[in-house]
Amino acid sequence: MLLIPDSVVRFFHRMASPPHFYAFTERLMPWLVIIFLFLTGAGLYGGLYLAPPDYQQGDSYRIIYIHVPSAWMSLFIYVVMAVAGAIGLVWRIKLAEIVAISSAPVGASFTFIALVTGSLWGKPMWGTWWVWDARLTSELILLFLYLGVIGLYGAIDDKRVASKAVAILAIVGVVNIPIIHYSVEWWNTLHQGPTVSKLDKPSIHVSMLIPLLLMALAFNVYYLIALIQRARVELLQRERNSQWVKTMVMENKQ
Amino acid sequence: MSVHEFFAMGGYAFYVWTSYGLTLVVLLANIIIPVMQRKQFFVKALKKKR
Repeated sequence: MLLIPDSVVRFFHRMASPPHFYAFTERLMPWLVIIFLFLTGAGLYGGLYLAPPDYQQGDSYRIIYIHVPSAWMSLFIYVVMAVAGAIGLVWRIKLAEIVAISSAPVGASFTFIALVTGSLWGKPMWGTWWVWDARLTSELILLFLYLGVIGLYGAIDDKRVASKAVAILAIVGVVNIPIIHYSVEWWNTLHQGPTVSKLDKPSIHVSMLIPLLLMALAFNVYYLIALIQRARVELLQRERNSQWVKTMVMENKQ
Repeated sequence: MSVHEFFAMGGYAFYVWTSYGLTLVVLLANIIIPVMQRKQFFVKALKKKR
């Protein structure tokens, strides 16, 4: 703890306390929504209106502004879920367990969006809705992993036990993440190679790159919003017999 | 660029707008469902009290 300032340590200690988390996130929410709307507005304006059509793909490429950020989020959220699950498994921190399970539906949604928008982009460009190539198949497996986590959690009544089981599944599934990321390099795929992550020389024009990055930021903020909404319900249900929840019910607060 | 041209998306309107519409629906659902569940929780908890 020597390297971390005292105020930061105290912030995390307080955030790990359920009533404090519940109250803090309520105050945080309007700001997150404002930031999200601003980023999305700017990203869509830049992507759908300002950016020129692609020289090969015409206007169909504009699906990139949701397809690629969704795909990034599907991987990122999975890693967050696995790390939070591991923290919950080792230190038994209730809020880490809640962050892990509350991430699952959001991650599954982004995976679903990445798959469907990819399909809607593939049809006019490749001439097919779906191929069993490495990128598409590994991303589909990611969706099944998310659904597995959600199903397993629902199947076990004791939520502390359920969180342990879910964490183990999530951690084992992390092996799929590098497979998805490198699939376009390891195998010959129909899916195109990376355009942005070659940071030295991205093969995308700046007028297309900026809206793409704005949408990626917007989706990150969205993840925080959706995660918090899910986590608050989860917290209430788990803590329904504790004094702070009972007090809130009595005072008819939400 | 006219409004009509914008929505036509160079002939790819179906693919582009279906993608954006579906994304909007999924993202909205992820907010609406937990908010409704939270409201429901308080309604149920209050009923138990009485």
